[in-house]
Amino acid sequence: MTNTTTTRKTKVNLIGLSKADYRGNPTSLCKGCGHNSISSQIIAACYELDLVPENIVKFSGIGCSSKSPTYFLSRSFGFNSLHGRMPSLATGALLADHSVKGLAVSGDGDTASIGMGQFKHVIRRNLSLVYIVENNGVYGLTKGQFSATAEAGLSLKAQGTNPYMPIDIAWEALVGNATFVARSFAGDPKQVKEIIKAAIHHDGIAVVDIISPCVTFNNTDESSHSYAWGREHEVALHELSYVPPAEEILVEYLAGEATEVTMHDGSKVVLKKLEQEFDPKDRSAAMRILEEANAKGWLLTGLIYISPDQPSMADIYRLPDTPLNRLTEDRLRPPRDSIEKINNLMF
Amino acid sequence: MTETQTVINKHKIPSVQPVINDFSLTVGTENGSGSQTSNLTILRALFKMGLPVSGKNIFPSNIQGLPTWYTIRVNKNGFLARIEEQDIVIAMNPASFAQDISAVTSGGSFFYADDIKLNISRQDIAVYPMPVKRLSRESDAPANLRSYVANMVYVGVLAQNLGIDLDTLYQALDFHFKSRPKPIDLNFNVIKAAFDWAAQNLEKTDPYRVEPMESTGEYIMTDGNTAAALGSIYGGIQFVSWYPITPASSLPEALNQYLPILRKDPVQPKKNTYAVVQAEDELAAIGMAIGAGWAGLRSMTSTSGPGISLMAEYSGLANFAEIPVVIWNIQRAGPSTGLPTRTAQNDLIFTYFLGHGDTQNIILLPGSINECFEFGWKSFDIAESQQTIVFVLSDLDFGMNQWMARPFEFPDQPMDRGKVLWEEDLEKLKGDWGRYRDVDGDSIPYRTVPGNRHPSAAYFARGTGHTEDAVYSEDSEEWKKLLARLKQKHDNARHILPEPVIERTQGAEIGIIGFGSTEPAIQEARHNLADRGKKSDFLRVRAVPFSPQVEKFLEEHPRTYVVEINRDGQMKQLLTLEYPHLALNLKSAAYFDGMPLTANRIEETILSQEVK
Repeated sequence: MTNTTTTRKTKVNLIGLSKADYRGNPTSLCKGCGHNSISSQIIAACYELDLVPENIVKFSGIGCSSKSPTYFLSRSFGFNSLHGRMPSLATGALLADHSVKGLAVSGDGDTASIGMGQFKHVIRRNLSLVYIVENNGVYGLTKGQFSATAEAGLSLKAQGTNPYMPIDIAWEALVGNATFVARSFAGDPKQVKEIIKAAIHHDGIAVVDIISPCVTFNNTDESSHSYAWGREHEVALHELSYVPPAEEILVEYLAGEATEVTMHDGSKVVLKKLEQEFDPKDRSAAMRILEEANAKGWLLTGLIYISPDQPSMADIYRLPDTPLNRLTEDRLRPPRDSIEKINNLMF
Repeated sequence: MTETQTVINKHKIPSVQPVINDFSLTVGTENGSGSQTSNLTILRALFKMGLPVSGKNIFPSNIQGLPTWYTIRVNKNGFLARIEEQDIVIAMNPASFAQDISAVTSGGSFFYADDIKLNISRQDIAVYPMPVKRLSRESDAPANLRSYVANMVYVGVLAQNLGIDLDTLYQALDFHFKSRPKPIDLNFNVIKAAFDWAAQNLEKTDPYRVEPMESTGEYIMTDGNTAAALGSIYGGIQFVSWYPITPASSLPEALNQYLPILRKDPVQPKKNTYAVVQAEDELAAIGMAIGAGWAGLRSMTSTSGPGISLMAEYSGLANFAEIPVVIWNIQRAGPSTGLPTRTAQNDLIFTYFLGHGDTQNIILLPGSINECFEFGWKSFDIAESQQTIVFVLSDLDFGMNQWMARPFEFPDQPMDRGKVLWEEDLEKLKGDWGRYRDVDGDSIPYRTVPGNRHPSAAYFARGTGHTEDAVYSEDSEEWKKLLARLKQKHDNARHILPEPVIERTQGAEIGIIGFGSTEPAIQEARHNLADRGKKSDFLRVRAVPFSPQVEKFLEEHPRTYVVEINRDGQMKQLLTLEYPHLALNLKSAAYFDGMPLTANRIEETILSQEVK
């Protein structure tokens, strides 16, 4: 909680902050947990984006994943709320100061089971919030029960075999009209970082479903949430890089080799083509590719869908330039003489 | 017509002394038939004639088809609680006809739509058939509106019978239809035609009459939910999230109605200095409200019993993490879905302890429409200064019925935003602060809110155990210290909450404690009890935890009756918990039947225990 102190050797970003200024407390999660890798990429993304930590507010629900916001950005406000109920709390908080950016971390239990309702509704409202789901298919903190994203047929030592079909978080986001849907893999840190950068610069809900292996309870080679499975089955839609508004795109691409998506603030996401043609602005194409990925057993990663210019919740509410939480009595309490007018409106 | 004449003659009762400005009338109609406009028109016309009057809607949980009743009481002495006896009954609904006719007091009057061909067995009442169908057919109403204007027939007939001034009926319609001439004229013409028909065809044989008075000139007429919404606006409300539920929905709807009028921003007139969000359920409604409260907004939600059940989880977090937020509970009869359209005072214990673990919450108990307004703004001051969740317990009777009230008064205190540190404050403190440190020794810490850009402003809020500096902690000593401070904070609040209202009588034998919407019935009961030689002192509780004055009152009154609308005597239970040494001074006068309490019921309950 102190101001930036930089020694000669410490590297700083454009606003003079070192990476340490974006860190948090030491993690209390297991060694090798995918969530720790994601926390590191959040730190790296914010550092590289030159973000002022005070301009970010962190949110989480309950679970291993939801503990992680204390492991990054300790200069940012945060709220470790209730199980499955983080989206509502974030909604109220972010309307209080619409100049801050919300960054939420949830898990597959927190989102796809107890929190499915609030997840779908925060999407519907297009709240300007990065919504990361650290998805590992199990409840870690309660010692390894199946979650709703666990694949049918998955066998776990103490649990037996899961008989139910999984919930696909990216699908749910897409059919819920999310304006930004991405999937990534904790074992692909470079992609995680670039997707988080793009998500932060999306003015609306940005759902980022990250397969994040639980090394303690669900990391056998045949589990679709394991490191081994991910490495073997990851199919990236594109090679993705985020380019801030002021920067020029330095790498030259051949015609047809890459596409660009312009964000609402003028920044760009450059998508370098890999195996196949894919336009992330095409919603039905996004649905088709998700269906194909599920049928073929791919871990499909990348920016699945984006609609950068939809009005965010703050736009819809037409909030004044001064954040609501800085308004004082003169703008909040109606004038004294209005009371007579109101009494006259009654019978 | 001959049939009508015969009926009238058969039921002619002996002429009696006129009863002026003192009766209760009930209209029985079919839900969804549009009778509310007619009933409000009668109520408002009587009010405009200067008569003390109250109106209560006894309605079903249904959109269309089930029987519904509206009762109006006129009382020249100003006693306006519900009473059980109905002097005048208007029957428009065949389904409730038998029940309606049996409800009339002996010597009372009974009006009915003459297309209802049912047996009229009573000889002891005045009976007036009304040609409802014919008069509405003869009106210039288009076919699709005929069933609505049909209800204006009884307005006209009743007006002629009682002596209600046609001008005041016109004023009532003008208010209801917001001065739109077309619907006003359409309805008024039916009233007028029915009035004229009654003058020519009905011979008045009942004693009830109205005469103008000058008792209401200073008053306005409105409902508790509108008052609460307006009070909240004068409290500078910035955020409300809500989920539809009877009888609370009209509170946020009133906010939607009045915020655009009252909160035109002087700086950016086209922007909103507030947000009203209809949530997906009550879990989300309170979550949003708590998020907004945490982030520094004057924030509230409103609901009723079933919604409170869903809010238990987040409510506990707000209490524990010390987040200001206001919850209006417009109580209805539970448990479970219960009687969704009937009134009660039965969430006292549930809200006081809402939240698992050791949780106690502040409760405000408005006891009039004016207090619904006053607590509307005051609740934000209390929530922010105490940094906690504040429940305001109103009820269906207040929330959805029309009451006479004194004009609303502008808040007499500036807003109290509580202990909030902004950038310049932290600069002065050189960043040395901790979210849960008890710096002032009053158990209330300082807080910062998101958006504060000072590098030491941020903290991580949580529902888990924490140190004074908001760091996660499972340490036993830290935990004990934290829960002890929260208890102390709650205990201290009794000194800053609204004081009880106390009325003493020379020679009082008993004490009466009440709260909320029951005061009119209690005051009438006290008057009647005094007439029967039983004088009483009265204390109306306005907040829990209790003011020290409550204890004093109990000490002074070895027999104190606690009047409340619930089965288990919940206020009495809370008083017993708080003052175990005075428990034997407490007697329950709890009653519940889903209806607003009557003076008669209170008198009976008290007298039956006094005899013992």
